[in-house]
Amino acid sequence: MLLINDLHKKFGGLIVTDGVTLDIAPGELHAVIGPNGAGKTTLINQISGLIAPTAGTISFNGVDVTDMPANQRAGLGLARSFQITSVLPGFSALENVALAVQARAGTSYRFFGRADRDQAINDSANAALAEVGLAERGRIAAAHLSHGEKRALELAIALAMGPKLLLLDEPMAGTGREESERLIGVLRRLKGRFSMLLVEHDMNAVFALADRISVLTYGRILASGAPDKVRADPKVVAAYLGEEME
Amino acid sequence: MTQALATPGAPPASQSDRPGALPAMIFLVLALVPAVAAVGPESYVLGLFTRVMVFAIAALALDFICGYGGLVSFGHAAFVGIGAYAVAILGTHGITDMLVSLPVALLASAIFAYLTGTVCLRTKSVYFIMITLAFGQMAYFIAGSLAPYGGDDGLTVKMRSTLFGFPLLQNDRVLYYFVLLCLLVAYFVFRAVVYSRFGRVFRGARENPTRMATLGFDIFRFQRVGYVIAGAVGGLSGFLLANATEFVSPAFMSWQRSGELIIMVLFGGLGTLHGAIIGAAAYLLTEEVLGGFTEQWKLIFGPLLVIVVLFARGGLLGLACSIRGRLSRD
Amino acid sequence: MALFIVQILNGLQLGVLLFLVAAGLTLVFGVMNFINLAHGVQYMLGAYLAVMFYTITGSSLLAVLLALLTALGFGLFLEFAIFRNLYDRDHLEQVIATFGIILFLNQAVKTVWGAAPLTLPIPEFFTGSIVLMPGLLYPVWRLVIIASGLAVGLLLYVVVGHTRVGMLVRAGATNARMVSALGVDIRRLFMIVFGFGTMLAAFAGAMIAPILSVEPGMGDTVLILAFVVIVIGGIGSIRGAFLAALLIGLVDTLGRSFAIDIMRLVMPPSPARTVGPAIASMLIYVLMALVLYFRPAGLFPVRGR
Repeated sequence: MLLINDLHKKFGGLIVTDGVTLDIAPGELHAVIGPNGAGKTTLINQISGLIAPTAGTISFNGVDVTDMPANQRAGLGLARSFQITSVLPGFSALENVALAVQARAGTSYRFFGRADRDQAINDSANAALAEVGLAERGRIAAAHLSHGEKRALELAIALAMGPKLLLLDEPMAGTGREESERLIGVLRRLKGRFSMLLVEHDMNAVFALADRISVLTYGRILASGAPDKVRADPKVVAAYLGEEME
Repeated sequence: MTQALATPGAPPASQSDRPGALPAMIFLVLALVPAVAAVGPESYVLGLFTRVMVFAIAALALDFICGYGGLVSFGHAAFVGIGAYAVAILGTHGITDMLVSLPVALLASAIFAYLTGTVCLRTKSVYFIMITLAFGQMAYFIAGSLAPYGGDDGLTVKMRSTLFGFPLLQNDRVLYYFVLLCLLVAYFVFRAVVYSRFGRVFRGARENPTRMATLGFDIFRFQRVGYVIAGAVGGLSGFLLANATEFVSPAFMSWQRSGELIIMVLFGGLGTLHGAIIGAAAYLLTEEVLGGFTEQWKLIFGPLLVIVVLFARGGLLGLACSIRGRLSRD
Repeated sequence: MALFIVQILNGLQLGVLLFLVAAGLTLVFGVMNFINLAHGVQYMLGAYLAVMFYTITGSSLLAVLLALLTALGFGLFLEFAIFRNLYDRDHLEQVIATFGIILFLNQAVKTVWGAAPLTLPIPEFFTGSIVLMPGLLYPVWRLVIIASGLAVGLLLYVVVGHTRVGMLVRAGATNARMVSALGVDIRRLFMIVFGFGTMLAAFAGAMIAPILSVEPGMGDTVLILAFVVIVIGGIGSIRGAFLAALLIGLVDTLGRSFAIDIMRLVMPPSPARTVGPAIASMLIYVLMALVLYFRPAGLFPVRGR
């Protein structure tokens, strides 16, 4: 599904991605964990096309997307959520999602007719909102949603894009225990419908959801494999999990 | 360029308000002006309000890209000038029929918008402001170099546009209502576009361009289409301006003119459309009234602008809203 | 050949003049994120004040000094009374408010000093021309302008590059929030930067007054050129402003003097005479569009805006 081969990224003299090779199988939930500054968000930015890698290739469903702009990758079915909530603050929750539906439908060069009264689009958008538990909040401006709701909205937007692969950049960042339990539930329901790459600090979430885990430190993959194998890996325990799990 | 440009006092661009009472009132007043003018200095009043509406059309277009698209153009007067020159230049070659000159005016400014937009939209925020200024200045100097068409001195439009050879606009009242009709059409077209699917993407690009790209939108193309629409409507304004003043000159395209258009839009309140009409009227009428009152009206007008910015956030509409809010609270 | 060298010197002179105005503009913009359209009227004010103090004191030196001090005082007054309230507003509001100030001051100058252009004599010590090389005479005062502009450039280079204030200015241009988080009195820093920029613009006005007619609105043209300079140079970059100013000065001057001749190479003389000047006046804007097309944040971008 997704093949990343020997990816490198340098910012000036700083090496942020150092030869990452990674693959995601269809339907798989692949988690990437690692300490702050390990280069997780940079990796997601490269996959989604917001940052160009210095070297290496990314291919998606057999298509080399390494040099493809972000909007075209989205068209192929690569959807993402942002670590720092990135919704359209002045738009209602429904309109945020509706934009994603509209993007997929490819009907955005229509200059007449009110977009907000388009039943087909609104139905799909409402369905995505319901999926993440925001069915009742569609009319609220995104800026006025609570933090947890904004995280859920991020997810709904990504869902509405009809993804084949969903890149989730710390979907639980900053949420309370209850909220993150709820989001884990949502992700568990979604699992298997499409592939997911999950970057997350919340180890409960990662071990509850992941089929495979890759550990990223200093821009390199330290270990990769099934959750139990990774949890037991002495290198991983020493470098990262040791302190996190206590 | 994104949130920084949202005027805090103005209602959010996505707020889905129906065509409210205020726009209806504006158009009603404009429709009644000729009747009232008939009892006073008719041609003066008609001329003044024709000018107001002509600039309101240009201001509408600017409000569309600026208030909804977040694209602050400092070269908008160039479109107006191109539309005006289309009328004048065709006129010197004996072509006065608006069936020719109107499409030429619209097309010429749209093409100029397409070409310059392709370059300008690569840049952001203040760099965008400056590069649009640069293209505006280029248009200004080109117009000044058109020696066969008057050069720096400009060019007289010998005859107002005709329709099937009939001198339709010769009568000032007819011209007035023709301009009003154009203003109405422009207003409703922009309203429709703002709330259309295209408009949703266009507005979204202002709020968060990165998000829009990851959703799969090539926002550059959307912004360019928006820019071309605004350019064409600017050309419409120029077409009408040439007919109203019966004269064109490079000064129509000067950066001061572009600045005035921005002021009109801000005066009325960014991102409201009907605010642009109010702003154009407020600006031109204030200028006219102060100008009639004293030679040195700029001594009053300058500080007035400062006061509007310091104390009336969101323009006149914003001011009205905050006053209403304060009254209802008491 | 002599003509060419003269035009190069003229271009340099225009360049340093633009630099003096642009330096303040780019610092104020870079550090405070404030678009000050009223910067051009400071230049005009410098020229008018120099004329006024010259008629009062009869001394060129005193006139320039007093003009600088008065312009500084006035600039600080504006900063204190109005601009301070605009720093956290968006760019459009800043543009409108400062445009209002331009309208007011242009008219005020007309009211106080009249609409007719004024002149200021060249200081006696610097009158006349000197022979730069056989067959090449050049006015001394223009050389003085070039020299003082270069001196200011050097001074700024040292101040911005090697002093504490300069360090704060550079940091402020890169990340203003961080600087205020460091506990620096950002208001005072702003005032210093603003006052300094104002003084440079007024200095430019006072220096150019003897060779240009002093008239209302003289600041507007310079303002637009200065904006072109700082945008080409990269907003907030003194080095960029310096190089861009010289570039613009040279391109504009040489373009104007040789455009017709160059056009004649490719077209008959008569159209060349019309097209030439038009192309010459457009040249700097074409240059700006080209630079921004290839480098959307100018030649020396300070930070991504």
